[in-house]
Amino acid sequence: MDFSFTEEQNRFRKEVRGFLEEEIKRGYWEPTCDAWVQGFDPGFTERVAKRGWIGLTWPKEYGGQDRSHIDRLILTEEMLRYGAPAACHWFGDRQVGGAILSFGSEELKNEFLPRIVKGEAYFGLGMSEPGTGSDLASLQTRAVEDGDYYVINGQKTWTSCASFSEYFDVYVRTDPEAPRHRGISEFIVDAKSPGVSRIPMIDITGTEAWNDVFFDNVRVHKRYLVGEKNRGFYQVLHQLDYERSGMERLMGNYPLFDAIMQFAKENELSKDPVIRSKLAQLQIEFEVGRLLVYRVALVMEEGRAPNWESAMSKAYSTEFEKHVAGVAMEVLGPYGQLKVGSKYIRLRGMALHSYLGSKGYSLQAGTTEILKNILATRRLGLPSS
Amino acid sequence: MKLALTEEQEMLRETARDFLADKCSKQFVKRMEESEVGYSREFWQDMAELGWIGLAFPGEYGGGDMSFLDLAVLLEEMGRACLPGPFFSTVVLGGISILDIGSEQQKQQYLPSLIRGEKIFTLALTEPGHDNYDASSVTVKAARDDGNYTISGTKLFVPDAHIADDLLCVARTKPKGGITIFLVDAKGPGIKYTVLKTMAGDKLCEVVFDQVPVPRANILGRLSQGWSTVQKIIERAAVGKCCELIGNIQRVFEMTVDYAKERKQFDRPIGSFQVIQHYCADMATDVDAARFSTYQAAWMLSEGLPCTKEVAVAKAWVGEASKRVFALAHQIHGAIGVTIEHDLHYYTRRAKAAELSFGDADFYREVLAKEMGF
Ligand SMILES: Cc1cc2nc3c(=O)[nH]c(=O)nc-3n(C[C@H](O)[C@H](O)[C@H](O)COP(=O)(O)OP(=O)(O)OC[C@H]3O[C@@H](n4cnc5c(N)ncnc54)[C@H](O)[C@@H]3O)c2cc1C
Repeated sequence: MDFSFTEEQNRFRKEVRGFLEEEIKRGYWEPTCDAWVQGFDPGFTERVAKRGWIGLTWPKEYGGQDRSHIDRLILTEEMLRYGAPAACHWFGDRQVGGAILSFGSEELKNEFLPRIVKGEAYFGLGMSEPGTGSDLASLQTRAVEDGDYYVINGQKTWTSCASFSEYFDVYVRTDPEAPRHRGISEFIVDAKSPGVSRIPMIDITGTEAWNDVFFDNVRVHKRYLVGEKNRGFYQVLHQLDYERSGMERLMGNYPLFDAIMQFAKENELSKDPVIRSKLAQLQIEFEVGRLLVYRVALVMEEGRAPNWESAMSKAYSTEFEKHVAGVAMEVLGPYGQLKVGSKYIRLRGMALHSYLGSKGYSLQAGTTEILKNILATRRLGLPSS
Repeated sequence: MKLALTEEQEMLRETARDFLADKCSKQFVKRMEESEVGYSREFWQDMAELGWIGLAFPGEYGGGDMSFLDLAVLLEEMGRACLPGPFFSTVVLGGISILDIGSEQQKQQYLPSLIRGEKIFTLALTEPGHDNYDASSVTVKAARDDGNYTISGTKLFVPDAHIADDLLCVARTKPKGGITIFLVDAKGPGIKYTVLKTMAGDKLCEVVFDQVPVPRANILGRLSQGWSTVQKIIERAAVGKCCELIGNIQRVFEMTVDYAKERKQFDRPIGSFQVIQHYCADMATDVDAARFSTYQAAWMLSEGLPCTKEVAVAKAWVGEASKRVFALAHQIHGAIGVTIEHDLHYYTRRAKAAELSFGDADFYREVLAKEMGF
């Protein structure tokens, strides 16, 4: 066992911090909760790409750096610590690129990976539909083969980042006769394709968090089929394991975590025995969660896909994030309810934003209940209900 | 960063698990709980011969030259087996403290016989009162007497004092701030023991010192400046207790999942009910998280790194996690789990005792709050 980082890793962390601090100093952006999924900043993505920090773990031949998963975790941990606006490239870097790398044809790899790495291809995830949430295999969006093309019809919903996505990673039914799990395929769809339209949806914090995305006779060339036809469900399970694997599940609202600690100190609220105990408990939960997330990276480093390990870390971590937001609201008392722009606002309104926004943390990428089902069956071998 | 044990540690774990499965049956545990002495001399010798007592001591004293992290692996297995007896007292509280702060002469004098299994040690720290792990709670006095010292007062909840050969006694040598650790001959004149009747059947004692003479040479560490070393002893002990606890809850978690697969109601295994599945998933998360935080602290101790924060995180987390694990384990086991016919109660009682000793979650939240600059 070894809980330390190598000198190289420490150096890398410092380099990332230096970069982010410089960005803040220049006033490019300020630390914001949820900025990994809501901070759209093409300039930032471009500057990150210039450093070679997108697709860090991918093979060099596709523009990656062949670096370790621990390095990537260090990188993302620091981005989250500083609340950096990384949403443009996050999905491509975290999961779509990986999916193309694992399942895609050589042609697809060459077309997309170098562009993701350069910060030139932004992705959205088209899994959920109005009638399809946790039970992903029930999806109805259809793709019908027509010569060299597939014609897609249907609707996706809750598509995060959709308003600026240039591509969607879409799961559609290609064989309605087959058992549900065996008739689904994965496609990369250009968002500019004729027949694709979007309607923004506003979340409980007032943010435009998603779009409904409609597909009306959208023609997609066969070469944009990812992996094998009708194997999409198995591919998405794999992708979801990666979607859950990262530090964003623990540190999505780290800027608030950091700010509430400072606030309690500066205002001597931390002298109150109840408050100091609550804040210390948050710190404990954070430290423990961090170890659970690092475990996932170590699993990947061994060359395995994270499985129940990321279900565990994600379920744990989103509860932590909700706890952070809840405690922050309690510590701020009546000031917590004040919205951005209000007189007497505290911590730039981060507590309120996070308190409301965090309700979704334990839903996206697999609800906590689904993750516990996964743990119970895949890790513990309990019989399915 | 690595979270896996080394091959050697895996071997140590396996040997320990096999040996304890063989020798430390629940009947044995029960007999030890019921007996006044609480351990078996023969078993103790076995552990000495296996090299367990000396595992984490340098070879020059007869030890195994292994690390605190290796010892952590062993302690985890002992927790898993509910091992009774004075291993923790002798090794974690006594021996390693001497190794850490004793003079060369003291180490030569005490460690070889301890390692050979000939001597039992313990730590007399806590006293009647409630603020147990704060320097202000130490009232037992060591008065200067002709260059030597005379100790008087009462220590409480001292593990295994009734069978100890030597005590590390934490006493006050100055009214303010003056804490000193003494090595006291436990069988000497003026010391009286009463074994308390405890939940876990372990042997916690009241120790009354009545004008006990102690030579000056038996001061362990620095005169009147011992509290910081006592804190280190407490940190190590807290991590040691975490190790026992993770062995304990790991086993209970396994027992519970197995039970959920076997026990049928409504014509199906209760483990097929989603509520039970989620309880089990919660237990799995608590157990894994407890393990990582414990080993992080043990690794840091082993490396000699300052780790007040990590120890606080571990003991607070593991204590709370253990409470949750037991609440669920009992709920899933149904009525059989609250009988003495089932093994669960051995774990339940021990885990609660370990959770409370060397600082509970509230205590360590406060430690952490200070570390955070609050
Ligand atoms: C902030 C946010 C961002 C999102 N981004 C995207 C995105 O980019 N792309 C995308 O495709 N989707 C996205 N989603 C959608 C997300 O994947 C779904 O919300 C999620 O899969 C749950 O589906 P649902 O909301 O329809 O809830 P439902 O599946 O209807 O679940 C409702 C409740 O029933 C429980 N439940 C359902 N099935 C079971 C079961 N078998 N056992 C026990 N309990 C069960 C659930 O746990 C939940 O508590 C996002 C959601 C949120 C909140």
